Amino acid sequence: MSNNVMVFAGYTGAGFKKSAFEAVSEGRRLANRLNGVLTAVVIGSGTKETALELARYGADRILTCDHPALEDFDPDRYTAILTDIVKQYPPAILLLGSSYNDKNIAARLAARLDTGAATECLEFALDSDRLVATRPLYGGKLMAQVTLEGTPQIACIRSNVFPIAEDMKAAEQVMIEPNLAEPKTRVVEKKLKNSDKVELTEADVVISGGRGMGSSDFSLLEKLAELLGGAVGASRTAVDEGWRPYPDQVGQTGKVVSPKLYVACGISGAMQHLAGMSSSECIVGINRDPDAPIFNYADYCVVDDLFKVLPALIEEIKGQQ
Amino acid sequence: MDIVVLMKQVPDTAALIQISEDNVSIKTEDVKWVINPYDELAVEEAIRIREKQGGGKVIILTAGAGSASATIRTALAMGADEGILISDPALENSDPQITAKVIAAVLNNVNFDLIIAGPRAVDDDSSYVPAAISEYLGVPLLSTVIRQEISNGKIQCEQTVQDGSIVLEANLPAIITTQRGLNEPRYPSLANIMKAKKKSIVTKTLADIGLSSEQKLIKTKIVSLAYPPRRNAEKVIVEGASAEEKAARLLNLLQDKAGIL
Ligand SMILES: Cc1cc2nc3c(=O)[nH]c(=O)nc-3n(C[C@H](O)[C@H](O)[C@H](O)COP(=O)(O)OP(=O)(O)OC[C@H]3O[C@@H](n4cnc5c(N)ncnc54)[C@H](O)[C@@H]3O)c2cc1C
Ligand SMILES: Nc1ncnc2c1ncn2[C@@H]1O[C@H](COP(=O)(O)O)[C@@H](O)[C@H]1O
Repeated sequence: MSNNVMVFAGYTGAGFKKSAFEAVSEGRRLANRLNGVLTAVVIGSGTKETALELARYGADRILTCDHPALEDFDPDRYTAILTDIVKQYPPAILLLGSSYNDKNIAARLAARLDTGAATECLEFALDSDRLVATRPLYGGKLMAQVTLEGTPQIACIRSNVFPIAEDMKAAEQVMIEPNLAEPKTRVVEKKLKNSDKVELTEADVVISGGRGMGSSDFSLLEKLAELLGGAVGASRTAVDEGWRPYPDQVGQTGKVVSPKLYVACGISGAMQHLAGMSSSECIVGINRDPDAPIFNYADYCVVDDLFKVLPALIEEIKGQQ
Repeated sequence: MDIVVLMKQVPDTAALIQISEDNVSIKTEDVKWVINPYDELAVEEAIRIREKQGGGKVIILTAGAGSASATIRTALAMGADEGILISDPALENSDPQITAKVIAAVLNNVNFDLIIAGPRAVDDDSSYVPAAISEYLGVPLLSTVIRQEISNGKIQCEQTVQDGSIVLEANLPAIITTQRGLNEPRYPSLANIMKAKKKSIVTKTLADIGLSSEQKLIKTKIVSLAYPPRRNAEKVIVEGASAEEKAARLLNLLQDKAGIL
């Protein structure tokens, strides 16, 4: 039985996702405890050089598949490549991120290899050499400890939960020849804004607005998010009103975020909204209703009009800079 | 066009969830069960496609407890044509992989042009089943779709991604998963609720679909359940005579006490 750990490090044209560094860091910690080798896998186009960055987070070996045909994510291609790699370098544990693409590959790989997979993992323990993963159920109302049958044990980590730690290794890079499976879907058009905004699930600070915003003017939230290097989220009501796009929705039917700081502005704190943000490290509620349910969960409660608090907060921060 | 909707019955998102004595499952007695919210969008989209194409049928496929027939009935009242419920004692405490395997086995014997599913079930939040089914059946998967168009045996879908959307195309049969914004699910009318009572729901056991229970090896096993730690044990009300004062105090607190910013 191998006691090696493998990490699929999510890569986009713009570089690594933050969750790639988180997964490699956690992979290093697990490999240390298992006395195993940590292998990072990077698949994409133009990955050869960038892949080496992963040595800094503790990868002993970096397997790189670099091919122009891999520019766009394709589940069949990526899964075929990863399946070959897993067979050639069999790991005991395979970690991935929690983007839809990562979960897509994890599910396919588990189905192909007839092994167990767990998504949205928040914590890992080892029971001798087997993984015990903690993951939320019912929108975070419960935490489950799960074990995975078969090899490798496949686990996707939730973004922003596992700490990134540097642990420089003299990593060996191995280039992998891509096995280019025939794609089943074709990209017809990309409508991307190409902004340099931080992805909601990876942001350290999330400023969200709800019905209390009263209109699509979220400029106060955007200004605050910009000052703090964060992202803007929204409640479902704000999205349903057409004030914000669907991908900005936080909650049980939106994104799940775990930033260091979550500021809920004019959001009542419905259970379905909490499902998307209750694992934030620190929650601030700004609401003029002292009985708003958000105050049962917020660490810091500001009972006042958000249109008075936010401009003042922005000025205070600017004054300090 | 025959469309299969993969529909899961889940506890209402507002339901109180309690752990049972066995510590690996939840108390189900007082739970209100609903259609997984994303799957409601799937049912609606399937009905709209059938209406637009002017033919074919919408089949609801659920793996779950016997009581799940009630939510299938709701989908039939929305306008779906038939229901299939895969229910077997051996499927209790199953994991998403077994669910996918069992659904794929049933679909091997059902004619379909399109499968519509949710991107995730709000109870286990796995986002696993559609991709695994796509793998088992070898049909393309187009995820988190906000708009679709079908013509000449092809489906074109707009998929939401970070920073915008991507338009993808695939040959039918295919699987698509829904995203909020795809449509607004209808409420069943009283007349349709009455009509739905006459529509058929077929129940299948594992033996019916040729899977023995040995194949039901759980791969992802829950060993224990717990409630998350209570939040805001040290909740702070940010005091101040004015909004300005509160803002200044909040910033101080975040910097000093919480050590952020
Ligand atoms: C199946 C299902 C899934 C759902 N999924 C989600 C989800 O993913 N995400 C989600 O967010 N919701 C979700 N919901 C909806 C959820 O139940 C709530 O309806 C929603 O979160 C409420 O949004 P809100 O807090 O913005 O609005 P409201 O509940 O209307 O709250 C507005 C708040 O703003 C305050 N306010 C108003 N003006 C001001 C002001 N000037 N200054 C300060 N405070 C002010 C008010 O006091 C109030 O507390 C879901 C519901 C269902 C049934
Ligand atoms: N037991 C089930 N019966 C039918 N469809 C299911 C079942 N479980 C999951 N699905 C489908 O797969 C989607 C994603 O579920 P999951 O992978 O569990 O997050 C759901 O939205 C459903 O469309």
